[in-house]
Amino acid sequence: MITMEHVCKSYRIAKRNAGFAEACKALFHREHEIIHALNDVSFTIHDGEMVGYIGPNGAGKSSTIKILSGILTPDSGTVLVDGRVPYKNRIDHVREIGVVFGQRSQLWWDVPVIDSFALLKDIYSISDICYRQSLEELTELLNLSELLRSPARQLSLGQRMRCEIAASLLHRPRILFLDEPTIGLDAVSKLAVRDFILRQNQTHKTTVILTTHDMQDIESLTSRILLIGKGQILLDGSLDDIRTGNKSIDATVAELYRTYNI
Amino acid sequence: MKKYLSFFQLRFAMGLQYRTAALAGIITQFAWGGMQVMMYRAFYHTDAAAFPMTLSATASYIWLQQAFLAFFAVWMMENEIFDSIVNGNIAYELCRPVSIYNMWAARSIASRLARAVLRCFPILIVAAFIPQPYGIGTPASLLHFLLFVLSLILGLAVTITFCLLIYVLAFFTISPQGLRMVFTSCVEFFSGAVIPLPFFPDKIRSVMELLPFASMQNAALRIYSASIGTDEIRRAIGLQVFWLVVLTAAGKLLCRLAEKRIIVQGG
Repeated sequence: MITMEHVCKSYRIAKRNAGFAEACKALFHREHEIIHALNDVSFTIHDGEMVGYIGPNGAGKSSTIKILSGILTPDSGTVLVDGRVPYKNRIDHVREIGVVFGQRSQLWWDVPVIDSFALLKDIYSISDICYRQSLEELTELLNLSELLRSPARQLSLGQRMRCEIAASLLHRPRILFLDEPTIGLDAVSKLAVRDFILRQNQTHKTTVILTTHDMQDIESLTSRILLIGKGQILLDGSLDDIRTGNKSIDATVAELYRTYNI
Repeated sequence: MKKYLSFFQLRFAMGLQYRTAALAGIITQFAWGGMQVMMYRAFYHTDAAAFPMTLSATASYIWLQQAFLAFFAVWMMENEIFDSIVNGNIAYELCRPVSIYNMWAARSIASRLARAVLRCFPILIVAAFIPQPYGIGTPASLLHFLLFVLSLILGLAVTITFCLLIYVLAFFTISPQGLRMVFTSCVEFFSGAVIPLPFFPDKIRSVMELLPFASMQNAALRIYSASIGTDEIRRAIGLQVFWLVVLTAAGKLLCRLAEKRIIVQGG
């Protein structure tokens, strides 16, 4: 179970106007602005749930994921994931979770993908039997057999993303955080990834939290959505709650953003 | 422990991949070492008595320095570590059940060892065949040789813990450029990489020998040719252990502090 209560996180950001004169001025006097990335965020997610976390750019989605995965420390509020405080006992916590950051890579650039996997096996102390089973299952479901022996740098984005997702699941985490997992994927890969996430949730009862800008992801995967804007949770409900008439999902969400003025 | 060993293995295997770079490095180091030996030869010709080390001891110092350059060159830092801090890929490292500090240590040892293994043998073998006093001499005694090996390992450890401290400091400064420039120039000068420490004036030298930089290459290279006495050897190795402990403690402490206030750059 994941609970967040009254969590706040702010960043201090240096700002200046364009131009050379402004740059010189900033040498002596720098203006800072405090951005409240998360402002009193509370929610609860139960085991085995699949939750879509949506909101416009800069709303605080990634910050939430990073706090839940123990990377960032919130300014205030309490966070509990299966009874653990992520940022206090990071090492114990991350053993039980899997994270995919769609815009980053966790595979070693110069070595075959399978070597990166073998490293992860040792990092998470996965037993030989478990590793072989997970690898077999993931290879089949994500269609990786052709990719494992190539270096990560020579894979296309979609191929790499499939490997990234497999890498995050080798240790069979009970909770999976996906930060834009379908960014830049073609239609076939997207469907494969969606299908796979769905199956993980059904067969392994993995709790999945997914942030994305692709509303088809949300539509096909999640029953519950959390809408965040300007650092606050604005809506917690199902897709059907927000849908009006026969509008497409994108239009529905765009209208939702407009009504909340975010 | 096994996980850090795996980091070590993977990084070591990667380091062995770059054969052309190693070949280029060997050639550079021959040229550089040869140039330095010739330069010192000219100095010694003028007045051999004016120098604190014999020419053959100095030549051994130079060739060993070239052979084990990858052990002690602080400028050979892991760019990937700095990159991960600057572009935010460190987020992935933090999602692993490993200590960042120990993992970086395993990687650093592996990459330095891989580089040294590829480069040291050709240089040592060729330098052994260069006629005396311009080549590498035999060690003063078996004991000196064993102490040299011990001191070499300690020196490598001190160099690595020093680099780790710089990686950790990069968490606080956003860009690592300034740190790298300041620290690498300091180390080059104070560790005896440019001029061996005995060539400095006595008063300055006595201070320099206490600094952590003297515990990097200086100790091992001077023990080899017995240009320091038994008491001094004992003191030099003691200082190496001392700095190793201090630098490790400082690095680990700062790393824990950094983890608490980390900001992942780039979204």
